[in-house]
Amino acid sequence: MIPAAFGYRRAGDLADALIRLGQGGVTVLAGGQSLLPALKARTARAETLLDIGHLTELSHITDNGSHLAIGATTRHCDLAASDLLRERLPSLAGAAALIADPQIRHMGTIGGSLAHADPAADLILAGIALDASVVLARRDGVRVIALRDFVLGAGRTAIEPGELITEVRVAPDTGPWSHRKFHRDALEWAVVAVAVSSGRVAISGLAPVPVRAPGVEAALKRGAGAAEAAALADAGTDPPTDRTAGADYRRHLARVLTRRALIEIGVAP
Amino acid sequence: MTESGSREDVEIKLSVNGRPVAAAVEPRTTLAGLLRDELGLTGTNIGCDTTSCGACTVLLDGRAVKSCTVVGAQAHGRSVVTIEGLADGDRLHPVQRAFHEHHAVQCGFCTPGMVLAAVSLLGSAPGPLTEQDVRLALKGNLCRCTGYHNIIQAVLAVANTQAVPAVSNGDE
Repeated sequence: MIPAAFGYRRAGDLADALIRLGQGGVTVLAGGQSLLPALKARTARAETLLDIGHLTELSHITDNGSHLAIGATTRHCDLAASDLLRERLPSLAGAAALIADPQIRHMGTIGGSLAHADPAADLILAGIALDASVVLARRDGVRVIALRDFVLGAGRTAIEPGELITEVRVAPDTGPWSHRKFHRDALEWAVVAVAVSSGRVAISGLAPVPVRAPGVEAALKRGAGAAEAAALADAGTDPPTDRTAGADYRRHLARVLTRRALIEIGVAP
Repeated sequence: MTESGSREDVEIKLSVNGRPVAAAVEPRTTLAGLLRDELGLTGTNIGCDTTSCGACTVLLDGRAVKSCTVVGAQAHGRSVVTIEGLADGDRLHPVQRAFHEHHAVQCGFCTPGMVLAAVSLLGSAPGPLTEQDVRLALKGNLCRCTGYHNIIQAVLAVANTQAVPAVSNGDE
C-alpha cells in the first residue's frame, strides 16, 4: 500500500497553482480521498502532487442571485453543514451528507470529486439533476462548461492540460428532493443511485456517467403517478453487466429507487 | 516547504497533541506513517490501509480523518490529535472513560479510531444524539469483534449526559 514515489509542491495561491499547472508534470491534490487511495493501489501515477487543499480562496459558498458559487476545495462536510446551501440548494447539501463516511467528508472536496469522475459519485449525480456548471481556469483564461458535458466517462473529464476546476455553479432549487442509493455495504460505491430535485431526475449506474431520465421527467409534467413515471426510469439506456450487477438488475434498481424517490417528494403513488 | 517539484523531503511544521513538531517527510509518507514511524505514536493503528476500516482515525483541526489517506505534508500548519493526546494526565477523556465503563472494547484494535471518531462527532453535534446518529457517525469505523452495541452505548452515554471538553482548535 505504499505508493510509487512522487514529488510534492504546496501551491502558494491560485495564481501560483495555475502557473505550475501550465508547466505540466503535476497532478492536483485537493482532499486526496480519491487520488491517494488510487496512488496507493498504484492504479494511478503522479510525478508531482500540486497541493491546493489549503487554498481558502477556493473554499467558499456564495449566493450570486441567479446561481450559487461553490469553490472547488469546499469540503463535503462544509456543503452538508452550510446554512446557505441547506436553504437554497437542499438537494446538494443532502447529497453531500450522504457521501461515504464522516472522515472522508472531512477531507474530500467537491472539485476533487468532479475531477475524479467516479460513475457513482454522489455530487456528480446531484449536479446533473441540478444542471450544474463547472468553472475551469487556466493561466490565460476561464471557461464555464455544463457538468453533463464535463463528465465524459468513468474517470474521464473535459479538463484540458493546464486547467483547474475552481468553482461549481448551480441555480437555486428549493423544491422537494430525494437522493437514494443502493449499495452492497456501507462504504461501497452505489450500484444504482437516483437524485430527484423539483421534477428533474438523474440516475447513476445505468451508464458510465449519470444520466437524466427524460421519460420520467415528461411523465411527471403530465401528472403521472410515481409508479407510472418510474417505470420509464431505465428507458433508452443500455446498462452494463459486470461483477457488481447485471443489466436487468440495474434496470430494476433504477425503477424501484425512482419510484421511492418520487413518493418521498410527494408524487402520488 | 520545498520550492522544487522534486521528490525531496518536505519540511513541515504542525501541532501534534498540543506540542509543536517540525519534521522532514517524504512526500508519499502518510500522516499515519509520520505519526507511527517518525513520532512513535503507535496508538494510531493501521488496519486496512485503504480508507475503509477507520482504525487510523485521528483528529485534524478537530475533525476525524483517516490518517492512512492523508499525506503528512497535508498536515503542515495544522493541528493533529491522536489517542495519546486525549487524556489529561491520568484523567481519561470522557469518551475514553465511557468506553471503559460500558466495556466498549474487545480486542482493542479499532478502539483508538472509534474513540476519535466519537470525539469528532461530539465536537460537531450541537444537541442530544440518537442511536441512529451515532451509528451513522461511526459508519467509517469497523469493529471485527462485532462489538458495536457497547461502543454505541458508550458514545450515547457521553452525548446525552455530559459536556465534552474541547481537545483541539478545530472550527466545528
